[in-house]
Amino acid sequence: MAEHENVCTETLQNTQAERSKQSAKRRKPPAFLKNWSLYLLLLPTTVYLLIFCYVPILGSVIAFKDYNAFLGIWDSPWAASGGFQHFVNFVTMPNFWNILGNTLVLSIASIIFNTILPVVFALFVNELRWNWAKKTVQVISYAPYFISTVVVVGMLFSFSSIESGVFNKIITLCGGDPTNIMESKGAFAAIYVISGLWQGLGWWSIVYFGALSNVDKELHEAAVLDGAGRFRRIWHINLPTILPMVIIMFIMSIGNMLNVGFEKVYLMQTNGNLSASEIISTYVYRVSMLATVPQYSYATAIGLFNSFINIILLVIANVISKRVSQTSLW
Amino acid sequence: MVENKGSDKAFNYVVLVIMLLITFGICLPLLFVVANSFSSANMVNKGAVFLFPREFTFEHYKKVLTNANILTGFRNTLLYVVLGTLIQLFLQFSAAYPLSRKDLKGRTFFSVYFSLTMFVSAGMIPSYLVVKGLGMLNTIWAMIIPGCVSVFNIVVIRTFMQSLPWDMQEAAMLDGCGNVKMFFVIVLPLCRAIIAVMVLYSIVGYWNAYFNSLLYVTDDKLFPLQRVIQRILIANDASSSMGGDLGLGEQGMTSEVLKYVTIVVSSLPLIVIYPFFNKYFETGLMIGGLKG
Repeated sequence: MAEHENVCTETLQNTQAERSKQSAKRRKPPAFLKNWSLYLLLLPTTVYLLIFCYVPILGSVIAFKDYNAFLGIWDSPWAASGGFQHFVNFVTMPNFWNILGNTLVLSIASIIFNTILPVVFALFVNELRWNWAKKTVQVISYAPYFISTVVVVGMLFSFSSIESGVFNKIITLCGGDPTNIMESKGAFAAIYVISGLWQGLGWWSIVYFGALSNVDKELHEAAVLDGAGRFRRIWHINLPTILPMVIIMFIMSIGNMLNVGFEKVYLMQTNGNLSASEIISTYVYRVSMLATVPQYSYATAIGLFNSFINIILLVIANVISKRVSQTSLW
Repeated sequence: MVENKGSDKAFNYVVLVIMLLITFGICLPLLFVVANSFSSANMVNKGAVFLFPREFTFEHYKKVLTNANILTGFRNTLLYVVLGTLIQLFLQFSAAYPLSRKDLKGRTFFSVYFSLTMFVSAGMIPSYLVVKGLGMLNTIWAMIIPGCVSVFNIVVIRTFMQSLPWDMQEAAMLDGCGNVKMFFVIVLPLCRAIIAVMVLYSIVGYWNAYFNSLLYVTDDKLFPLQRVIQRILIANDASSSMGGDLGLGEQGMTSEVLKYVTIVVSSLPLIVIYPFFNKYFETGLMIGGLKG
């Protein structure tokens, strides 16, 4: 009996709910209008992106023109060679291969080290069996990430000073002659990558900690029963767990390959290392903002060339990763 | 945990020692800078200070903290951090919420409209021309508005909001709760972890901002801290196109120690606050990593 009553009240409630739903439907304006306030919330950021992202993208048309500030973007005449003169100028410039080479060396070296080492770091922090140790290592290793580029580069300059720098103390201790390594073009890439690693090693490993702490304990227990040691369990259980994330990070850094941090390279440039430290973005800055006669169209063309290569690299990386590991951005 | 064998214990200790050594290595440059900042100019110039201050003195801190340029930098940066963080949070969260709603008509359009900007960017000059066209050059807005919205962060926030239980919002909706009220009263209070992460990102971003000032600001009354200390720390040929004055008005002998003090003073605020956000880092970065 009680069961029957329950069923009855349930159906009653159901029909009531349906009825109220129906009446709501009848009164309900179309979804677009009902949610007008959601569009209101979206409006500011949509307008922001329109002004600061899409308008500049449209403005990139000056790459194909001879931009003249008095005529404005639209009335400036088209560049020679069907609009492509600035691109041709850049690619045929004597320094072109040097600049492209520097950009690639810095970015490939950073991508390799900044992708692999944080993973190794995370895997071993995860092996720490004392909670205090884990927490201490993590928090302290994040610290350099919060130090500004200006300060990091300032530290590099101070450390490599000939009279008082600690780098030269070490060099002389090892029996070498003091040199200012910031003036050396051979050391530039190494300094750039190592200081970047110092800043990012701990921070970029955070991405993996969550996934590592969620690894199925039973997998480890089963592996122990099969006689697998720690290294084999890290290699065969923990690493495969985070691999998809590693690949995503990798693809994204490839998509930004030519966007080597402008700030840091620019600040690290000296007359001595310029032949190793001039990259695409610093060259853009040099021919536009630092030039007495700013070549806006030329600089924009170089920027476009940069984005174009980035997109191609991103697509290639994504396709390869999809084939090899079934992981992809889209 | 599962392991008990002797070899496992040995492994644990080896890992512990190696990781503590690496951590110490990461700290080393910072300890070195701090030790130098408290030492006498004489000792610093001889390169005689390593991990502990020699001929301990506070004098250089007094000099740096009363320097007019540095104080202006601090004041400007503080203003940029506060205003910038407020604007950035508003723009990012107000956009992320509608995008997290499955019942938003035209959601695909907006998603594409937003994410496209992550992959296609116009570059330095067209952005400069827009900022110039808006009359923002040499105003505080040039330090705050360009680069204020990170679509990547919007995606992270949206993903976080999508993971919140939908029932609660549905119930509130049946009670006649409007979308704006829902956003502020129901959704935002559940977003504490992600708000904390975004506040920290924003503070760090504005505190360490240098690029905008390089591109858009030539008036030194508006210079943020980083621009001021760049003139003190780095006087190389490429970056000292402004004339490369030392800023502190100090020459030769003392300037090296003043550099170390400047480094400590300008970095300390962030180093002090970030551990308080520690427990939220994983939330913020993990979601970002998962969704790309």
